[in-house]
Amino acid sequence: MIRLFLTGLFVLLNCSLAVAQSTSVQTPMQAVLQEQSELIVKSSRKSIAPAIDAITESGLPQAQDVLQAWQGKDMWLRKADGLFFRAEKLDSKTYKLFDFDSGERVGEAPKSELKQLKPNSGVRALIGVALVQFQLNDPDPERRRAALVSIERNPSESLLAPLRASITTESDEGLKEMKLRAERLLTISFGADEAARIEAIEYISGDLGVDARATLNRLLASKTDVFTDAPPDNVNVARRLEVGDAISSAEAYQLLVDRQLVPPLVSQNDIRLTLAQHVTDGKVGGVSVAALTEAVQREKAYGALVAEGLAEPAPTEAEVNAALSQHIFAELYDEPSAAVTQAAEKAMQSTSVHVGLNQAADLALDGISLASIYFLAAIGLAITFGVMGVINMAHGEFIMMGAYTGYVVQQVVPNHTISIIVAIPLAFAVTFAAGVAMERLVIRWLYNRPLETLLATFGVSIALQQLAKNIFGTQARPLTAPAWLDGAWVLNDVVSISYIRIAIFVLALGFLAIFLFIMKRTRLGLETRAVTQNPGMAASMGINPNRVNMLTFGLGSGIAGVAGVAIGLFAKVTSELGSDYIVQSFMTVVVGGVGNIWGTLFGAAMIGFMQKGIEWLNPSNTLAAQTFMIIFIIIFIQFRPRGIIALKGRAAGD
Amino acid sequence: MQNSFLARNPSTLIFLAALALFTIVVTLLSEGLGMGFVSTSFVKTLGKTLCLGLVAISMDLVWGYAGILSLGHFAFFGLGGYMIGMWLMYERTRDVVVSSLADAPIPASAQELNDAIATQIFGVVGSAEFPLIWAFSDSLVLQLALVVLVPGLLALAFGWLAFRSRVAGVYLSILTQAMTLALSLYLFQNDSGLRGNNGLSGLQNLPGLTDVPQALVSLWFLWGSALALGLGYVLAAWVVSGKFGSVLRGIRDDEARVRFLGYSVESYKLVLFTGTACMAGIAGALYYPQAGIINPAEIAPIASIYLAVWVAIGGRGRIYGAVIGAVFVSLLSSWFTGGRAPNIDLGFYTIQWVDWWLVVLGLSFVLVTLFAPKGIGGLFDLISSRIMPDRHGADLGPDDGALREREARE
Amino acid sequence: MNTLLEVSGVSVSFDGFRAINNLSFRIASAEMRAIIGPNGAGKTTFMDIVTGKTKPDEGRILWGEKSVSLLGLSEARIAREGVGRKFQKPTVFEDQTVQENLLMALKNKRGPFSVLLYRAKNDDLARVEAFAEEIGLADALMRKSGELSHGQKQWLEIGMLLAQEPRLLLVDEPAAGMTPAEREHTTNILVEAAKTRAVVVVEHDMEFVRRLDCKVTVLHEGSVLAEGSLDHVTANKDVVDVYLGR
Repeated sequence: MIRLFLTGLFVLLNCSLAVAQSTSVQTPMQAVLQEQSELIVKSSRKSIAPAIDAITESGLPQAQDVLQAWQGKDMWLRKADGLFFRAEKLDSKTYKLFDFDSGERVGEAPKSELKQLKPNSGVRALIGVALVQFQLNDPDPERRRAALVSIERNPSESLLAPLRASITTESDEGLKEMKLRAERLLTISFGADEAARIEAIEYISGDLGVDARATLNRLLASKTDVFTDAPPDNVNVARRLEVGDAISSAEAYQLLVDRQLVPPLVSQNDIRLTLAQHVTDGKVGGVSVAALTEAVQREKAYGALVAEGLAEPAPTEAEVNAALSQHIFAELYDEPSAAVTQAAEKAMQSTSVHVGLNQAADLALDGISLASIYFLAAIGLAITFGVMGVINMAHGEFIMMGAYTGYVVQQVVPNHTISIIVAIPLAFAVTFAAGVAMERLVIRWLYNRPLETLLATFGVSIALQQLAKNIFGTQARPLTAPAWLDGAWVLNDVVSISYIRIAIFVLALGFLAIFLFIMKRTRLGLETRAVTQNPGMAASMGINPNRVNMLTFGLGSGIAGVAGVAIGLFAKVTSELGSDYIVQSFMTVVVGGVGNIWGTLFGAAMIGFMQKGIEWLNPSNTLAAQTFMIIFIIIFIQFRPRGIIALKGRAAGD
Repeated sequence: MQNSFLARNPSTLIFLAALALFTIVVTLLSEGLGMGFVSTSFVKTLGKTLCLGLVAISMDLVWGYAGILSLGHFAFFGLGGYMIGMWLMYERTRDVVVSSLADAPIPASAQELNDAIATQIFGVVGSAEFPLIWAFSDSLVLQLALVVLVPGLLALAFGWLAFRSRVAGVYLSILTQAMTLALSLYLFQNDSGLRGNNGLSGLQNLPGLTDVPQALVSLWFLWGSALALGLGYVLAAWVVSGKFGSVLRGIRDDEARVRFLGYSVESYKLVLFTGTACMAGIAGALYYPQAGIINPAEIAPIASIYLAVWVAIGGRGRIYGAVIGAVFVSLLSSWFTGGRAPNIDLGFYTIQWVDWWLVVLGLSFVLVTLFAPKGIGGLFDLISSRIMPDRHGADLGPDDGALREREARE
Repeated sequence: MNTLLEVSGVSVSFDGFRAINNLSFRIASAEMRAIIGPNGAGKTTFMDIVTGKTKPDEGRILWGEKSVSLLGLSEARIAREGVGRKFQKPTVFEDQTVQENLLMALKNKRGPFSVLLYRAKNDDLARVEAFAEEIGLADALMRKSGELSHGQKQWLEIGMLLAQEPRLLLVDEPAAGMTPAEREHTTNILVEAAKTRAVVVVEHDMEFVRRLDCKVTVLHEGSVLAEGSLDHVTANKDVVDVYLGR
């Protein structure tokens, strides 16, 4: 009481001081602020609402400035007279003061004489809501757009009226559209007129927007309730819940316990604790402790304790069932109007169908992008393994080398666009050289001995991997994509694909074209095919098989290097990068059909889509997806041992 | 041909003698029963190495004799370890839980005991219930049966699918590698029922024998491993010395020809693949109690590749070669990677073997494949041909080419 | 004369190329038959079909007294039914001794478990020795077959074929790379074998065929062009056209 009195006195004093000071006449906004001074200074989320409302409802054009300054922590209180000002920092100690009503500079004050109002985030959010109605009519379209976004984030009943009011005056067509949409969503949530709400619901039916779906979800929010008789008419029942079907009996009973309609269940653990409390001379309730390992004996002992009044009676199963059968469980909508919820359910269904279709499209895009990654990783193998028949287990390490080349280039060339443009040919050159070296030093001695090639290249793979670890360390190295590849191509709120994946898809198509061009249109391709099919014959026709093998192997390895740059852009570059892809790459080639690039393409598509599909069925577990994928491939090979596109007849070399 | 099996296979006798001598010497030098020159942990390392020798024999049978480069045998090895590990871990945890519950005022019911054990074992993967696959974990006999059955059945199912569709050569290798990868990825999941990437641990403690010092336990396992290796060796030598061995080598060299002789190549491969998988499972069941822990990383495809590396370096197609390769390379590996090998200071760079050993191993593997396809075992040919100069004829000689041609057609 | 093998209306094509075109063929249980034909006539494919290596697109192949269909049986099963095959190129297991090669071919149970437990008995070894004697390799029993000469490998393969004791022998160019004396010996062995079983010899060498003195089937473009004694078919105008060019 005394405190109130003192505060009142203080306010009075302030007013009189302010009046006394002829420098500033008490102006309308300042008056409003002074009226709410106490609340403003207290700045508590719970009590601030009247102050904000007072400012908003003052009808003064300055209200928006005040709120903005307040929200931006630019409103200061002059301790001497309790007046509010907008302040700007002049130097570390002094602030320039601006009057809210005139907007003019009214002087300077040392910081020590001022008190900054620092509304907490809760208060700021409330101020923000209040600001929205001003911003909706702000001359700056960007402000208006920001206000709409704010409405979308924090929809509230109070915004409905200002929003409706602002629609007619909106000049920008796009913004008008957004406003109409926001108005509908607000109407659905907060509208008073049932018909208008249903109309709005029907209008957004099938809408994919996250905001629309969130609005419907909020409208359809429900909770489980329990009744002794049929639910009364004044509640909006979503559905009845049958015990043991839609609601488990444990849950249902717990609900009854929460309502204090029935005594709580006594758990086995409680029984044990209670029994332990009443052990006397090695016996509880007439049962020896040693016998208590069995449930029957425990029940008996506990029963004895209950009979003695030492323990709470435990409801028996029959009692539980009886209690459950006497009650009716139902899910109730929070929204009271049944017509509205019905319309919302219908709209939700149609939206779900739309969302499902779009998710399928999104999944397909994901599948395509994963397929292009596998294709990129496997296309080098399609040359070395598919065309030449050489098993190169170090192929994965060539991919890794390409990725590390990209990383090193980025250390030298800071511009990401240029560095990628440099890295791609450089990675090709590096892995081409590595491939040629390996072909010359190892593989050419092992042609026609596939198992030994496999083993020797394993050796190379082990050595290269460890070498990479020694040079670059075990931690992941970043290979950053240029900024223009950041972000995603967003079709709607469900379907989107990142630009980097599109780039990889384009790259994969490009490589397919290059491969086809080289194999079908160039001398090297012709010679490669000749040497692969019959080295002796090719040699006698003047083709140097050594040279052709060397170049072809180099080409396959070089492509692996470029794939490495691409893969490094979205995966972390580590020394294990290659081994993560090698098995899948071989699978891609084998499933597709060895010796045919289209087979590799189909193989990659199949594996990519399949893996995404399995992940979609069980999204929490990508490891399981890979496991099932591999099992599927093993079974697939049962039916098409030679892959999707199989060479037939004698050419298959049975 | 009428001579006894051992007389026809002098290498078996020599091997058994060497193995017995080794076991006796290690026992005499051990901390547990001998003079204490060999530490308990090194006894364990030696015991584990013997198990690796056993799994290398199984690999040599499939690869060296039948030409199936399986990259899945270490997975079978790991499965065997998991199976025995389940019993060890269950019983051990049971002992711990029982003793901790013994002080409780009310004795625990069977259900409570079971729940407490489950919480103890699976708490780490956020579960408190026994998965179905642990149904037999309280029975040593059944788990021991599973040591053989689980790898065997997996190999049978996989082999039936793969061999039936005539997948052979490198395709089969890739397929077995995929199987291994699938298995290890599956085990890496927390809900695989085998504790995800935590694996099974504390396997070195024998339930009910906690009073026995590890020094002694390590010797028991050394003896057990030596016995298993000896039996495995004799079995393998016996199998390959007869007509079965002939057929296997025939399959390796010319599968189609064996078929036209009326042998069902697929059944032979299946029998061999399954049998060696069981053998690998037994080796794993002896190995992991000595290692103390098993986790899915042990099963990763690279482990099976190392197995192939050992056999290749030791010399495939001869059983002692596989054992020598496994023992030699794995001991050398642990010497280098254990940080015991001295670093080499080059002035501008110090070669630390922990980092560089794998590079050396990888490259030496390439060199062995290129220049010494017979591996270390090939050295014995040099010695034996010097002792017995009256050997019939020379090496394969010019007809070597024909052998290559055939492989090329496959 | 009871029929051992009856092939009727068999066709097979590889990528559109008809290697065998509506071929019909039959052979009695104790008969020698020579098949001749220019390159690409389908001789090897015919053998592939009978031995189960190639599955025909249509037609049927019936075997034995009970007329069992060989279609759908595996190569190994067909071999166990009693079809033995000798390849054009000698294919023996070079890494194994002559004795091991012959033991493997020797007629015995072929299942993996019976083979696992099988240990060579004295009478088996004696049979092996007898076969080795017949093919002139009695001294080389313990030698690795990879060390043998080309001709010796041919012999070894013939020996393995005999050791299988098949009811039908399919022999692809048995005399290639042999000396005249060896050819003589081969002819004798085959003629001897044909007394108790069916023998089909594919051969280019007319002189060798003449010495076999048997019925001849001429294949051309995947079907039978002519059949009869050698003199009869060589007199056939179509056959002459095919061999001497059109």
